[in-house]
Amino acid sequence: MSGSTHLRYEILRTLRNPMLYVITLGLPLVLFYGVASGQRHVTHDGTSFPLYFMTAMAVYGAMFAVTSPGARIARDRATGWTRQMMITPLRARTEVTAKVLTMYLMASAALALLFLAGASLGVRLTATQWLELAGLLLAGVGPLAVLGLILGYLLPGDALTPAVGGVVILFALFGGVYGFQLASSGPLFDVMKGLPSYWLVLAGNATVNHGNWPAEAWITIATWVVVLIPVAVLAFRRSASRV
Amino acid sequence: MTVTTDARPGIVLSRLAKSYGAVRAVRDVSLVIAPGETVALLGPNGAGKTTTIDMMLGLIHPDGGTVSIFGAPPSAAVRSGWVGGMLQTGAPLDHLRVREIVTLMASYYPHPLPVDDVLRMTGTAEFARQWTTKLSGGQAQRVRFAAALVGDPDLLLLDEPTAALDVEGRRAFWQTMRTATDRGKTVVFATHYLEEADAYADRIVLLAHGQIVADGPATEIKAQAGSRTIRATLPGADVAALAALPGVRSAQRHGDAVALSCSDADAALPALLGAFPTARDIEVTGGTLEEAFLELTASEPNAREDTVEATR
Repeated sequence: MSGSTHLRYEILRTLRNPMLYVITLGLPLVLFYGVASGQRHVTHDGTSFPLYFMTAMAVYGAMFAVTSPGARIARDRATGWTRQMMITPLRARTEVTAKVLTMYLMASAALALLFLAGASLGVRLTATQWLELAGLLLAGVGPLAVLGLILGYLLPGDALTPAVGGVVILFALFGGVYGFQLASSGPLFDVMKGLPSYWLVLAGNATVNHGNWPAEAWITIATWVVVLIPVAVLAFRRSASRV
Repeated sequence: MTVTTDARPGIVLSRLAKSYGAVRAVRDVSLVIAPGETVALLGPNGAGKTTTIDMMLGLIHPDGGTVSIFGAPPSAAVRSGWVGGMLQTGAPLDHLRVREIVTLMASYYPHPLPVDDVLRMTGTAEFARQWTTKLSGGQAQRVRFAAALVGDPDLLLLDEPTAALDVEGRRAFWQTMRTATDRGKTVVFATHYLEEADAYADRIVLLAHGQIVADGPATEIKAQAGSRTIRATLPGADVAALAALPGVRSAQRHGDAVALSCSDADAALPALLGAFPTARDIEVTGGTLEEAFLELTASEPNAREDTVEATR
């Protein structure tokens, strides 16, 4: 028995949700052109503004993309369909794998779209650099993906959309996704450096200036993932017991 | 607890118990169901029907006792695709069409039925292209049934499958159900509709306050509740003598007509004819199942310590 049909319908259900296009693809694209087109030739710390902001908006879209299945999980729980799935031979592993693959598919679409937009405003990278940047960003949104699953398994459906939106916006704000940083030193800066989104926004710079992606970035991201995965497992088990 | 004589082990519930806080939803339920039987779990709200079914599905773990589905624990039976279930809740997945959701369910099972056959059998073919969010209550119920059926499970567990339907919808549902499960499936359904249990089950298990209070064919349950009545024309009969006959619980006289309420009509009738050979116009009527239902579910043995009623 394979999970291919399950995965196919999971993707189909995702693609049939029009709001998802607006939030994960449309919003970052509009923001990118709105802000970056006026600052095409601005350079900061050796990074062109369009590259910096393309990366930031790609992170923004990807964060929404990877957290979006949370809403569907919560809705399936609310309608009772999760329990219906639990009395079929479908394995939890197949189900979670399909969710993760789907969220990464949407995140990849968000990246591809923003990369195209970036190129249209003069961002020039080699093929290797594009791939490296995409790889860094997809790995870096991992903690958000796990967080989306946790919220989906824990929260009631109507609380989910604001919760996910709030989390993504906080990560974006403190990570400097909106094009400005809240602090450059002090305790607030330490908090910012503790967020994966802070490092992700700098990934564009890191890609162009080789070796500029510090070990601290990997440690931060890995720590988030290592801490969140057991929480996700607990949340999943809790939601699997009777509601 | 003896196992069924059928070659295959059936479904065995052994001393099941489950409490929610102070509420004892199910207490000491033991039941053996042979393969191929259609069994109704009948009882009022709070009798423990849903909790029992959820334990059979492995959705909740019993505090005590065991469930065995064809010789396996529920979770293993579910994983092997032996079980199809229709829960009380479970609106179909959104952003999918009816046909897609049945196809999706089929993909989970090792030997599913052809999707088109199931759509036709369950009367869902005519709206197979409809979005699952745009269905009427009756249509959604049929889709849920199609989803439970398409994996071709050996055991179907249906928790109040007709709860959302009107009388006509209920009849149509059971007609479909009959056709679809003609091939030796074991079916267990929960209901609080007496007529439904009477009409569609081989056997009724009557639950009240988390316990089995009666178990058998509908006729046996009526008899068990002692609600058969013998009427006869018997001028000048002695009511006390009638009431003393074996199998008679009480006797009444209205002019020449007497009515004997019997706990065992089979014993009472020959006794009546032996003692009162002049009795004529004899008529034996079974009590309604409803009378039996009320009589059997009203008493609450050794349950006085419970102040709260079980919610499921």
